[in-house]
Amino acid sequence: MESKEYWRIDKKLVERVAKVARVKLTEQELDKFSKQMESILQAFKEMDKVDTADVKPSFHPQELKNDWREDEVEPWKWIPLANTKHKEGKNFKGPRIV
Amino acid sequence: MKDILERARGIQKKYSPFITIADEVESGRGKLAGMAISVKDNICTKGMRSTAGSRILEGYIPPFDATVVEKVKKEGAFIIGKTAQDEFGFGTFSVNCAYGVPKNPLDPTRSCGGSSGGAACLTAVADFPHIAIAESTGGSISCPAAFCGVVGLTPTYGRVSRWGLIDYANSLDKIGCIGKTVKDTALLLSVIAGPDKYDSTVLRAKEEDFTKYLKNSVKGMKIGVPREYFGEGVDERIVKVVWEAIKKLESLDASYEETSLPHTKYALPAYYIIAMAEASTNLAKFCGMRYGLHLQLKGNYDEYFSTVRSEGFGEEAKRRIILGTYARMAGYRDAYYLKALKVRTKIIQDFKTAFKRFDVLVAPTMPVVAPKFDEIAKLEPIQQYMMDILTVAPNLAGIPMISVPCGSVDKMPVGLHIMADHLQEGKIIHVAHSFEVNR
Repeated sequence: MESKEYWRIDKKLVERVAKVARVKLTEQELDKFSKQMESILQAFKEMDKVDTADVKPSFHPQELKNDWREDEVEPWKWIPLANTKHKEGKNFKGPRIV
Repeated sequence: MKDILERARGIQKKYSPFITIADEVESGRGKLAGMAISVKDNICTKGMRSTAGSRILEGYIPPFDATVVEKVKKEGAFIIGKTAQDEFGFGTFSVNCAYGVPKNPLDPTRSCGGSSGGAACLTAVADFPHIAIAESTGGSISCPAAFCGVVGLTPTYGRVSRWGLIDYANSLDKIGCIGKTVKDTALLLSVIAGPDKYDSTVLRAKEEDFTKYLKNSVKGMKIGVPREYFGEGVDERIVKVVWEAIKKLESLDASYEETSLPHTKYALPAYYIIAMAEASTNLAKFCGMRYGLHLQLKGNYDEYFSTVRSEGFGEEAKRRIILGTYARMAGYRDAYYLKALKVRTKIIQDFKTAFKRFDVLVAPTMPVVAPKFDEIAKLEPIQQYMMDILTVAPNLAGIPMISVPCGSVDKMPVGLHIMADHLQEGKIIHVAHSFEVNR
């Protein structure tokens, strides 16, 4: 990636990414998104100018410590199936796997 | 009480700030007795539809209240309804909405700002006691507050529990307040802030009564004015109005000095890459099976999930999912995601250095006043993102900020943005209140 080719994008790549993200795009959307993503990423290229050698990434704005609670068993107050239309008995019903 | 619901419905007909209005309301006792609280639609309310402004969550009725909602109810408030927003918070103008676009009460041909547009709109027009619970990822409280001429307070990241929030970007999301006055926002923050056993990322800061910071004098306060926030891309007339506000603070015995936050211009790409990367993982859970939009179960899981997601997500959501997925993919992750996180470190360092010298930093909230809908329609996505140049850096750093009205341009309100170091909400409330009462 020395040639900084990662800032370039084409229709084929968008199609591949959409598949990974489980989003179906129409031909029209593919065309539109490819062009838009190209210009978005070109503008974002600016970031490459920052020297970040020896800089640690900030996954959070501040160093956070997880505030753990005791893992106590509480009665389940909610009905898990209340919001689904896809159910069978006490189970969710999903699409077939293959 | 019935009268308030009728008034809310009247406001809805004119400006569409709601996605859902409560059927009935009941006031209790406490610090917020008799107060109507509206809740941004991406925050769960028990028994009241919560969609985050997206079709993919159509018809979702949460079986629980978010911690913030539970807290305001305990203090006697009632939930008047759920406010309109850009889908999942993806937008600066509240036009990426699956359930209607809120209109700016000062000029209905203009945007309310986003993504908490409905919250700011309702705050501006409500003729009954009301404060809004809003949420910001990259400026979604400050922007609409500035565009609608109200006060928007975004607390420190982790100050308020996010339990029950339909996440956009976990390392950036902050629940906050929009009110008619600084006092309203300080009051609401006092109720909603504090540790929560259900959110392990919440800060261990003590609960506080933030109304104690509503002081009238800024004597001795040191204000920093970052040059980068007054330059290219910012309407000169807004720059002038904000400078007048700074002079006003000086006349109240605060001192100011110009300063620099050198990495400001890199905040926009860093923000969008981090936000989109996190959004694409968060949105992976929506698949039309357990809640929200359902379609007929056809094809295998790949076909079904892809179909339901393509129908349920709006255009901007799809764009961000794809960009975010791309930025995390093997081979690209270091160049985008990791790089953006390192740039974020530099931005945080800029702020930390500045806050060694200054109590607060002040700047314009937005580079423009609320644009007209026909102007927004002509903007390309990247041009829309550029509108966030002044709000993304403090949001990346997770510092508290408040937008308070300070004048107008083209008869539309201008916001003064006041920022302070982590957990220094007291200082922004102090300066904003002094400015508000002495204007």
